[in-house]
Amino acid sequence: MTIDIARAAYADAPAATDTAFASFRRRLLRNKLSCVAFCTIVLLVVIAILAPWIAPFDPNEPDANAVLQPPSWAHVLGTDAYGRDELSRIITASRVDLLVPFVSTLLALLIGSLIGALSGFRGGWVDQIVMRIVDAVMAFPAFVLAMGLTAAIGSSITNLILVIAVTQVPVYLRQLRAEMLREREMEYAQAAQTVGNPTWRIVFIHLFPNCFTPLIVQATLAMGYAVLTLAALSYIGLGIQPPDSEWGEMISEGASLMVTGQWWLSLFPGIAILVTVLIFNLVGDGLRDLLDPRMRGK
Amino acid sequence: MRNLLEVENLVVHFDTDGGLVEVLDDVNFTMRAGETLGLVGESGSGKSVSAIAVLGMIRRPGRILAGSIRFEGIDLLRLSEDEMRRYRGRRIAMIPQRYRTALNPVISAGRLISRLFEIHEGCSRAAASRRALELLDLVGVADPPRCMQQYPHQLSGGMCQRVMIAMALATSPRLLIADEPTTGLDVSIAARILELLRDLSKRTGTAILLITHDLGVVAQTCQRVAVMHAGQLVETAPVRELFRSPAHPYTRALVRSIPRIDVEVKLEPVPGTIPSLRHPPTGCRYRNRCPHAMEICQHDKPRQAAVGLDHEVSCFAFGEHCDAAA
Amino acid sequence: MSFLFFVVRRLALLAPTLFGVSVIGFLLAYLLPGNPALVKAGPMATPQYVAEMKHKMGLDQPVYVQYKRYVTGLLHGDLGESSSTGRPVLVDFMQRLPATLELTVASLLLALLLGVPMGVLCAIHRDTVIDHFGRVFCVAGVAMPSFWSGLILIYVFFYLFGIAPAPLGRLGPGISPPVPITGLYTVDSLVSGNWRAFESSLAHLALPSLTLAISVIAPLTRMVRAAMLETLETDYIKAAWAFGLPRWLVIYGDALHNAIIPVVTALGVVFGFLMAGNAVVESVFGWPGIGNYAVKALMLKDPGPIQSFVLFVALMCIMVNLLVDLVYSLADPRIRIG
Repeated sequence: MTIDIARAAYADAPAATDTAFASFRRRLLRNKLSCVAFCTIVLLVVIAILAPWIAPFDPNEPDANAVLQPPSWAHVLGTDAYGRDELSRIITASRVDLLVPFVSTLLALLIGSLIGALSGFRGGWVDQIVMRIVDAVMAFPAFVLAMGLTAAIGSSITNLILVIAVTQVPVYLRQLRAEMLREREMEYAQAAQTVGNPTWRIVFIHLFPNCFTPLIVQATLAMGYAVLTLAALSYIGLGIQPPDSEWGEMISEGASLMVTGQWWLSLFPGIAILVTVLIFNLVGDGLRDLLDPRMRGK
Repeated sequence: MRNLLEVENLVVHFDTDGGLVEVLDDVNFTMRAGETLGLVGESGSGKSVSAIAVLGMIRRPGRILAGSIRFEGIDLLRLSEDEMRRYRGRRIAMIPQRYRTALNPVISAGRLISRLFEIHEGCSRAAASRRALELLDLVGVADPPRCMQQYPHQLSGGMCQRVMIAMALATSPRLLIADEPTTGLDVSIAARILELLRDLSKRTGTAILLITHDLGVVAQTCQRVAVMHAGQLVETAPVRELFRSPAHPYTRALVRSIPRIDVEVKLEPVPGTIPSLRHPPTGCRYRNRCPHAMEICQHDKPRQAAVGLDHEVSCFAFGEHCDAAA
Repeated sequence: MSFLFFVVRRLALLAPTLFGVSVIGFLLAYLLPGNPALVKAGPMATPQYVAEMKHKMGLDQPVYVQYKRYVTGLLHGDLGESSSTGRPVLVDFMQRLPATLELTVASLLLALLLGVPMGVLCAIHRDTVIDHFGRVFCVAGVAMPSFWSGLILIYVFFYLFGIAPAPLGRLGPGISPPVPITGLYTVDSLVSGNWRAFESSLAHLALPSLTLAISVIAPLTRMVRAAMLETLETDYIKAAWAFGLPRWLVIYGDALHNAIIPVVTALGVVFGFLMAGNAVVESVFGWPGIGNYAVKALMLKDPGPIQSFVLFVALMCIMVNLLVDLVYSLADPRIRIG
């Protein structure tokens, strides 16, 4: 009741200071955390690209004299059972741990959006069948499905990308289909007042700007999930195989040593995963706060 | 005889995203025990906020800047939250505006009423249930035992409103605030609800603050009327007096805008729109819509002046600056 | 009456999903690497014997016939054989299922016990230190790999503080399992008064269930917080304040009752997350459940169990979601009575 009064009161008087840009800037500054997170992502990508030049040691070179050493000045994050330098391995692993999630997320976004939009546009029994398939796929918890698929088709990098993408496709599919249905209804309603059916071109052209933001938000959040999935698959031995380094796989190597006190081998890769997923989640949340309500209001 | 309710110099502001909204500006009115006062105005005039203020429920982003609300002699604004809670639902009760959504959907109608007895009067469950049943009968529900078991989504609009009234009356409050009690109701049902309120007031001696934008409702049910415009109280008068000789230009415009069956009269809508409360006009807030606006209306706020028995108006056209009022 | 109709309708809607799930399950099994006939025939078999075996197992039939065999097998509880244990997969599953159930249920309870109050508190103290702390906790919890947090917990509580038992299973060495009633060691030992077993099983259950709970608390808390915030803004809660109801009743009675309803639907999703995390957490703690079994079998080049595990989990999730829907419709009188 009280808020209604306030709204009614200022509904017709435009504020002098409240331009769209001013309110955008206000919210941008409010989301300082997301800005920091975004910068960290850029930093991570740079590190991953420059990995071979940044890493202090060769990640695959064993050193029998420096086996299982705790963090020291020589090896900042310690060494593993073969004497390999942890820091170098973590830096090198960032390549795989960023690339695979990124490509799979992109793939899922493209495929899922396309199928979803087409299915929503077509309607009829095609749409129904697609939705039933999606329902069946979503009946499996995503990670469990990933396990099954990887066990079935093998764990090369391509396969891993495919598998993670497949488990993510339904989300984008549903999202785009919903947008498409909404869009189609609007266009058909408008067309009903004029003459003729809207062409698929008009519908798709209108669809793109409307769904751009939610897709970006979803994709950013999905990156975090993809990183976790890859790490978990590698941990149980279904993902990246040694001697290639990957954070989850490194944690697995260090697991049995946790109980004997070699904490650094599992801790640091885990922190790497945590930080990576965290920053993607923060950026995704920030993007959502910033862009979504405005886009909806258009 | 002491007044039941005395609202004096009430100022309420809201800090919204769009800026500061001055919702209530120096509002004054009183109520006597057992009387029915209609609080009238267009939407956005501050009627509901006044009611919420009486209940002590103004919360962030709203705040009370000044004034006092004396109920049975005690200033409610000075009370702590705990003390105020003892008034709510017990000595002062409100029937909210949207009565349909004001009923908790997962609790049965009977329980909604009976638990009030348990909480406010310490009744046993069985006794409370019995009293709820009686109350439903009192408010004119056709089949009280059945209604007790039903959930809000199963009740019609009229029944919801009756349940709401029953809840408000549960503890025999001295003051009942009814916020737009007839919105969304069928005309015949609305008439019955109003009749019910009148009856109950007479029977239980409860004073009713009836908030509405509909002068017709006021004419049917109230003894006195207070007219609000843009957060300012402009006129108070007994009902008959108000319709017979409205004083304030706004009231006159309102009365003129009512369609009449008996006489052919030219309908004149009230000129202009409610001014923005974020940048309200200085002085009298009606001056931009008023055909009689004077120089002084721009910078001074009009004070209350008596123009008849129990009839007060806030307008520079009356009182010391008495000008010819057409 | 409308409730019954609701149940029947929900069951009918399941049919296509179940079909789809069986197809996916079959495809996963069909795509399995390796030659099951070869495995079954043994390393000494002649090519002719392998071909015979292949025919006997129906592996040379067209796809849809194999699918039919698969589904028929499923309906009879035939999930194939595990080459690592040498026993039918179903038997292995049934033996290990109670362990997984115990872990899942314990984690769910823990997540609810921690998550719901936290969500309520965050909602009531919105935008204060408490809320921010809750938000940080949630954001961090979601970003942490569960296998990592499990290992950290082991390191801290077992290696450093020595208060947790070694992560080697459900009971300490030398303690025999209690009388099997439900298969849940904690419950069974409690019911049969076996205090040693109870203490040991509870101690062993603590860390794995905490690990799993942490991975699902975040979405739960967030959901409770959002639902509470929305509920606290409703007209009926504002009316409850206006009627002078005491604070505890308005928040923990009226508001929570309404807020929990959408959260109940989320429990189905939460259960899915729990089942997904099971395999990993069981591996970390050596917990003898179906997830661990499937993973270990895979390490031994025995891929059958993992496919069955995947299918099994899907079916369980479907069942739980159905149950959740039914509970939801019971809790909300608008659906129950209609």
